[in-house]
Amino acid sequence: MLHYIGKRLLQLIPVLLGMTFIVFMIIRAIPGDPAQVILGQQASEEAIKALRTTLGLDNPWYIQYFDYLKGLVTGDLGQSLRTRTPVVDEVWPYLAATIELSVFAVIIAIIIGINAGIISAWFQNSWFDYLAMVIALIGVSMPIFWLGLLNQWIFSIELGLLPTSGRLNVRDPIESITGFYIIDTLVTGQFDQLATVMRHLILPGTALATIPMAIIARMTRSSMLEVMRSDYVRTARSKGLKMFWVVYKHALKNAIIPVLTIIGLQMGLLLGGAILTETIFAWPGIGRYIYEAIGFRDYPVIQSGILIVAFIFVMINLFVDLLYSLIDPRIKYD
Amino acid sequence: MADTTVNSKDVELQKVAGPWKEAWRGFRKSKIAVVGMGIVIFFILLAIFGPLFTPQGINEQNMAERFQPPSSTYWMGTDDFGRDILSRVVYGARISLWVGFLAVVASVIVGSILGILAGYYGRWVDTVISRFFDIMLAFPSILLAIAVVSVLGPSLRNALIAIAIINVPNFGRLIRSKVLSIKEDEYIMSAKAIGMKDSRILFSHILPNSMAPVIVQGTLAIATAIIEAAALGFLGLGASAPTPEWGKMLADSRSYLTNAPWTMIFPGAAIMLTVLGFNLMGDGLRDALDPRMKS
Repeated sequence: MLHYIGKRLLQLIPVLLGMTFIVFMIIRAIPGDPAQVILGQQASEEAIKALRTTLGLDNPWYIQYFDYLKGLVTGDLGQSLRTRTPVVDEVWPYLAATIELSVFAVIIAIIIGINAGIISAWFQNSWFDYLAMVIALIGVSMPIFWLGLLNQWIFSIELGLLPTSGRLNVRDPIESITGFYIIDTLVTGQFDQLATVMRHLILPGTALATIPMAIIARMTRSSMLEVMRSDYVRTARSKGLKMFWVVYKHALKNAIIPVLTIIGLQMGLLLGGAILTETIFAWPGIGRYIYEAIGFRDYPVIQSGILIVAFIFVMINLFVDLLYSLIDPRIKYD
Repeated sequence: MADTTVNSKDVELQKVAGPWKEAWRGFRKSKIAVVGMGIVIFFILLAIFGPLFTPQGINEQNMAERFQPPSSTYWMGTDDFGRDILSRVVYGARISLWVGFLAVVASVIVGSILGILAGYYGRWVDTVISRFFDIMLAFPSILLAIAVVSVLGPSLRNALIAIAIINVPNFGRLIRSKVLSIKEDEYIMSAKAIGMKDSRILFSHILPNSMAPVIVQGTLAIATAIIEAAALGFLGLGASAPTPEWGKMLADSRSYLTNAPWTMIFPGAAIMLTVLGFNLMGDGLRDALDPRMKS
């Protein structure tokens, strides 16, 4: 296993290098002089020249790329052109907000998706099965930004049940310790604030969870149906084991592998979806950070933001791969 | 006796349907897939002929009639400029389908060329192209699309290019794996043995035989491409005003959720239905064309 982990980590190196190269090329691919683009049409010759030197644009591209890599390795992600703050210093609160939202969405998607899939398979062709699968079919095709707006309209504007946007009540800020507000409020015992945080999480969280939830439900159903027809399940049932245990203890264990693959794949979609959800719900996450940077043509932030999200995506995929072997010992790695 | 043999052969030939006919028969069996195809055909017809029958021009403003709720005059209501939303949604079908279709065709062409080269020639060509695909797939797709548009500048054309680019590795990998399995087949070996040129083997034999999974993946990819184009439009990175692109219309509706929710409901429903149609049709095609999926 350790050998496999080591091998997978080594395989990551060319992918990560390639990613940094693509991200590096983004700023190089801007038509015209990047320094001119960054400073605007009104900038003086000197200012442009100075920025060219600062960005190392006068060097050959491979030197520039090497410098960029050197910076990355030492934790230098560049400086925001808008706030003049190093990206590495200001990115954490945004990242924490996205992680909190995504984890919340994943938990909802997994709990509801897997259980809906199991019950659908258990009671195949029942009204629940049909209803769940129709909802799942629509869910798969739902544009997340539309669902977000529908949620906002129905639950905030029409019913007034939940806040329309943001991560907390602006007039009552939370003292940030970890950046994860759920943890922060729990640690400090601010349970009123915890309730506020949860209320803010529900709409963006469910919007973000819908597509993965639908996909997980469909996958779980088909995987469970296949496993429930197998001999060992029949044996378990004929031994007189309660159906609940047959389904949740015996069948689920074998049915979960393809579901896990799907969950892993969904994480990437979720990170992408987070950008859209964050825009709709004014959620101060990394997606919004990148999106706002695009508006200001803040290239260092765009570059680093994309690199951070892509890095997390790759790591999640690796983690999911490694998780397979823990769940299914039959999977052997060379 | 000889006559009888010939006759029975004829009968047998008539009975065996071609692979496409068989696939169509399989496709028709799935009611959901047929419904999906119905939705897709409806939107295609709407895109082609719809604008001829819309009650108003797409950019015809009437400030006296702004924010009219859905009624017998304005079936889907009017927006902040008093424009008829139905007319704009109908025209939007043309834009979304066109962008979805073109982006997928472009990525199929580029992906096929790269996939064929990687699969057929192997060795370093395969290594370089496959690593390139790995790296592209290491990015969440919408993020990569945003990155591409942020470089090229926001416009519908650039959104289309971005969507085409992010879909290339999906098709490339698919074709590569198909080529790898086909190139060892006997008929390819025979073609090589009689001295047929590589280019002819690739384009006359390998490519047509790799098409089934591409059609399935392509149908599903159109659905994703439509959502991605709308997402870019929604973020202000795609179509610009006053183009009636569905994502852009949704973005514009955000300010009027309280007093005119219909400006949000109909463009969003149009995206959802179109995508649902392509997804259902793609699922049905996969079951019909992919022998491994057959139960």
